[in-house]
Amino acid sequence: MSMKASTRQVDGVTIVDLSGRITLGEGSVVLRDTVKDLLGKGAKHILLNLGDVSYIDSSGIGELVSAFTSVQRQGGELKLLHLTKKVHDLLQITKLYTVFDVQEEEASAIKAFSK
Amino acid sequence: MESTLESVNKAEEMADQIAAQAGFDEDVRGGISMAVREAMINAVLHGNAYDPAKRVNLSFEQNGRELIITIGDEGRGLEPDEIPDPLAPENLMKQSGRGIFLIRAFMDEVRFRKLEPGTEITLIKRIPVTELDRQEAST
Repeated sequence: MSMKASTRQVDGVTIVDLSGRITLGEGSVVLRDTVKDLLGKGAKHILLNLGDVSYIDSSGIGELVSAFTSVQRQGGELKLLHLTKKVHDLLQITKLYTVFDVQEEEASAIKAFSK
Repeated sequence: MESTLESVNKAEEMADQIAAQAGFDEDVRGGISMAVREAMINAVLHGNAYDPAKRVNLSFEQNGRELIITIGDEGRGLEPDEIPDPLAPENLMKQSGRGIFLIRAFMDEVRFRKLEPGTEITLIKRIPVTELDRQEAST
């Protein structure tokens, strides 16, 4: 299953709804290009909704880390929303769970951005 | 197998099916197929560097109490002891370097062997005793 990304704006936050697999190849490229495009347009508050992401491999984890640092370098914030158990466990194992700001509810996630 | 991304995906699917036949539950199967995916990525990408002239050898063996998966490439070789710890604070935010760590996290035993040329990695997962009892009872 390929990865899909669609974006929407809510109260100054760009929400990226991702679905499918973030893996080496197409999935990682879609995520990279989406974040690059948003940063190019000046987006500073990015919320990645991973609720429909069924699987992430090491390449996908690397892309999430890269997205996080790219957004930070531009003076913005990137948060994660709705992790599945698999993705949650993977971020725990790799000790990245505490690095990312992981949110459970969309409304509170939007409020959590410093605006 | 060819040194392509398709081979990586195919090996992952095969691992999931074979792990299911061996009786592993869904969570463990997910770990096994991820370990196989990561080992295949190492072989195809870091080992053979997508070289169409180089092959990846994949084999599955269910040997009584264990599922044994072997993946060999024809690349420049890998020094597993020289791979930095991806959990170290200075490496935590690096984009790559987590593949071998994930393989070790999901498998019971991981062995490396130097080939001439290339690297062979053996992944071992022990079959739960309850499942072996069930298999024996049905025979």
